[in-house]
Amino acid sequence: MLIKRPAPGSSAEIQPSEITSESVYLNRRTLLQAALAAGVVGIGSAWTKPAAAEGADLKFTRNDALSLNERPNEYLDITTYNNFYEFGIDKSAPAQNSGHFRPTPWTVTIDGEAEVKGKFALEDILKPHALEERVYRLRCVEAWSMVIPWVGIPLGAVLKRFKPTSKAKYVAFTTVLRPAEMPGQRYPVLEWPYVEGLRIDEAMHPLAFLAVGLYGKTLPNQNGAPLRLVTPWKYGFKGIKSIVEIRFTEREPPTAWNISAPHEYGFYANVNPNVDHPRWSQARERRIGGGLFSAKVPTQMFNGYEKEVASLYRGMDLRKYY
Amino acid sequence: MNDATLANRQAAIANRSHLVRRYLKPVLFVVCLLPFVRLLLGAFGIAGFGLGTNEVETVQDVTGNWGLRFLVITLAITPLRDWFDAPWLIQLRRMLGLYAFFYVLLHFLTWLFLDQGLYWAGIGEDIAKRPFITIGFLALLLLIPLAVTSTNGMMRRLGKRWKSLHRLVYGITLLGVWHFWWQVKADIREPALYLAITVVLLGWRAWKARRRFASP
Repeated sequence: MLIKRPAPGSSAEIQPSEITSESVYLNRRTLLQAALAAGVVGIGSAWTKPAAAEGADLKFTRNDALSLNERPNEYLDITTYNNFYEFGIDKSAPAQNSGHFRPTPWTVTIDGEAEVKGKFALEDILKPHALEERVYRLRCVEAWSMVIPWVGIPLGAVLKRFKPTSKAKYVAFTTVLRPAEMPGQRYPVLEWPYVEGLRIDEAMHPLAFLAVGLYGKTLPNQNGAPLRLVTPWKYGFKGIKSIVEIRFTEREPPTAWNISAPHEYGFYANVNPNVDHPRWSQARERRIGGGLFSAKVPTQMFNGYEKEVASLYRGMDLRKYY
Repeated sequence: MNDATLANRQAAIANRSHLVRRYLKPVLFVVCLLPFVRLLLGAFGIAGFGLGTNEVETVQDVTGNWGLRFLVITLAITPLRDWFDAPWLIQLRRMLGLYAFFYVLLHFLTWLFLDQGLYWAGIGEDIAKRPFITIGFLALLLLIPLAVTSTNGMMRRLGKRWKSLHRLVYGITLLGVWHFWWQVKADIREPALYLAITVVLLGWRAWKARRRFASP
């Protein structure tokens, strides 16, 4: 099963991130009071932070080698400020509109250039792997960023189990299509379902991650439950959510934002302060949580993961392959 | 119309004008200030108000939205006056126009101080290289002479030229809609709505001007 709890009396460690810190706890109280006050005067939820429902506890170990030493953003910010157009275009919409989404039971179809193919229950995909926590930076193409403690499994290890063939040059991902549960899919803001892809060497990179949780708990619906991609050196939109299909392909697969605006969003979408979005600069970013008067910080090449991933793109013109 | 009814009518108009000045304008002044008050309360966390997760973005969105809304509302005054035979509406136009300038200016200043943090290299580059920012900045610049010449004294001094000058607001509103349209990522429904309203308001003026020209 996905949800594991330490048996009573077992020596399983309680991770620091499993404990609600005092500041979060106190914050929650003031937020609840604020929500009440706002309710009285009839103010919309974009103005106050709604209380986020929390998932079930997960059992995992922290991968220190691949984790940042930075303080993660607050759980509330991570779960109420989301780009997940399937639930609406406002940042607050996913938290508000994802209540009817059912992430269990869940199956993932594996298809394409691989020896092992078929429909698998999510539990069976996760079973052979130990869950780990990784604190990654997330840089949105809109020039804001967060630090998020994800829980999940390395993508490469999962993909290898399906024995991709020599023709598998790329990996394509598809989000579930459920307009009844995902109100944003009723409008063609993007072409639904959302699709994404990676080159096979990118997908096999140790940093590429499949997340099933954050802050030690199962993913909330608005963050891509029950299974999402995390590629921390790429812009956030590469991190496709609520994945139902993984397909190995010989050709570069289409990707949702590239279909929508090809000259603005490329297939690679690597974080790069030197290559601007046609309409705004990518040189600096706003770190969420700094408040009204915090300055923007410089964006780092490959979002700070240059040492790890630069070799993947050696010899490539990153202005052309943006 | 005999002299007595004309005098009555003039008295009624004067009375209504007095009511608008005395009651409606102060109330409207306060109502138009509410989005700003809400931002202030949010910025200082008063009475449970906040600015959401990305505070700077919220301030930018709210001031920008209201700047554009007040531009459109100001443009709507003349057509509404004619459609509903409500000449008193004109008395509100200057205040609404100045509120448009107020929110657009706040939008610019908060971009300068809060978003860019007075990082001049980035500011210069954005204005020069990002068309949507260039357009927004141009709209702000064009609004300045309109705000400056909004006083009664300036109206008198400029005479006929005042009206020509203030027709700039047609172009400014279109620049505002364009500015909004170009910063949207994928969902153009909202800027499209602003464009539709603006086109109706400007189209009606063009139609009226043509009709007047055709049959003097």
